[in-house]
Amino acid sequence: MSAPRLSTTHRPPSYLADAWRIARKDLLIEFRTRSAFLAATVFAVLAVVIFRFTWDPTAIPAMDLAPGVLWVIFTFSGLLGLNRSFGLELAERAYDGLLASQVSREAIFTGKVIANLVFVLCVQTLALPAVALFFDLPVGPSWGIIVAIVLLASLGLSAVGTLFAAIASNTRLAELLLPMMTLPFFVPLVIPAAQATAVVLRGQPIAEGMAWLKVLLAFDLVFVFACIMVFPFTIEE
Amino acid sequence: MSSVSSAAPRSATVPEPKGFDAFLAIAMVAVIAACARALFFTPIDAMLGAAQKIFYVHVPAAIIGLYFACGLLFISSIMYLWIKDERLDRLAESSAEVGLVFMGIVLVTGPVWARSSWGTWWVWEARITSTLFLWLLVVGYLVLRSGVESIEVRARLSAVMGTLAALLVPFIHLTVKLFRGMHPEPVVLAPEKPKMPPEMLMSFGLSMAAFLLLFFALLRLRFRWATLRDARTAMEAA
Repeated sequence: MSAPRLSTTHRPPSYLADAWRIARKDLLIEFRTRSAFLAATVFAVLAVVIFRFTWDPTAIPAMDLAPGVLWVIFTFSGLLGLNRSFGLELAERAYDGLLASQVSREAIFTGKVIANLVFVLCVQTLALPAVALFFDLPVGPSWGIIVAIVLLASLGLSAVGTLFAAIASNTRLAELLLPMMTLPFFVPLVIPAAQATAVVLRGQPIAEGMAWLKVLLAFDLVFVFACIMVFPFTIEE
Repeated sequence: MSSVSSAAPRSATVPEPKGFDAFLAIAMVAVIAACARALFFTPIDAMLGAAQKIFYVHVPAAIIGLYFACGLLFISSIMYLWIKDERLDRLAESSAEVGLVFMGIVLVTGPVWARSSWGTWWVWEARITSTLFLWLLVVGYLVLRSGVESIEVRARLSAVMGTLAALLVPFIHLTVKLFRGMHPEPVVLAPEKPKMPPEMLMSFGLSMAAFLLLFFALLRLRFRWATLRDARTAMEAA
């Protein structure tokens, strides 16, 4: 890892460089403590195992249940990471320092989204094989499309989730409020992702799941842009 | 900020709380009259039977709850982010709460009708599912409001959620519509579809007008209540 640059020479702020610096800071904290990652992955694996025990394989084929299980777990384990995203800043009033720096609000938000995206993807790289293993899924030939679905859904989840984490951190209820606000917003992510995954796992041509992929893509485009636009409003001036 | 400075002089002219609201009384009478007409003076549908009478409550409540109330909520949220007028925030709050009641009516009367017509209380169908998600979204919005003490912060954060919710609704509708539906197609504003007989259309028009009156009466009452509450909060803070 390269040493942090400590030069005092002034450089014009660059949006993506700033965002990346924020993301790196958050990921570094997470990498050193591993608290949320551990919680999220253990939760994900536990949830898969519990789902497996409530399921009667003679009544419902694995193929019909697994996509739903996968995406429900994906959503809830994502929430565990999102809660931490701004809680981290509020402790010791670190957020005030971040806002006082010359980094733009949009870059702070983008950085947080990148950090949460990496977090969610890391959890997913463990949860996905766990689901495939316990439900005996033939992921083999279609892994490329599943990765694409995961990327699209994770981006939408991170953008919307990060924005609501910022809102929730300003309220009395904090983490209690986050699922209540975000879950309706995850509907156009979880349903299309689960449907598209089901199409792929059944070995049907991807054209049949194309409508679902388009919904995911449209959701990402609209909400990533909208969340960046409205994020400055969540900050006390 | 302009909204803060304008709050002080306006608090002198805060509307006094009244025990009797004439507008609401008229609206209640109109709703009772419209229901009476629908029940006793409108022919029973030959195909759907007496259960079709629910239509005169269900559809006006749906149109008002889903389009009027949510539309007002979304528009006033977006406008608040733009011009930061606290009255817009109170309008958003009032329409969310009154809209929740109307959507609640839709979600209760719907299954009652579905039980007698489809033989099942609940169906995961596009319109029904969208309404349920919208109802839950508004509940989340109101819980967010209850979680913030400061008037200004509450207005700002809930306006952000209201704005995003406006973008979300088409996505929810699109998503659940990709599942096939069995809800009856709209028969009110669809010129090429089979039409209702004129007596039924008249009853429907009257109940629509009555429920619209009720909606605005409740909205006005709720808005006044919010104004009083905010004025009291501002006085206590001063």
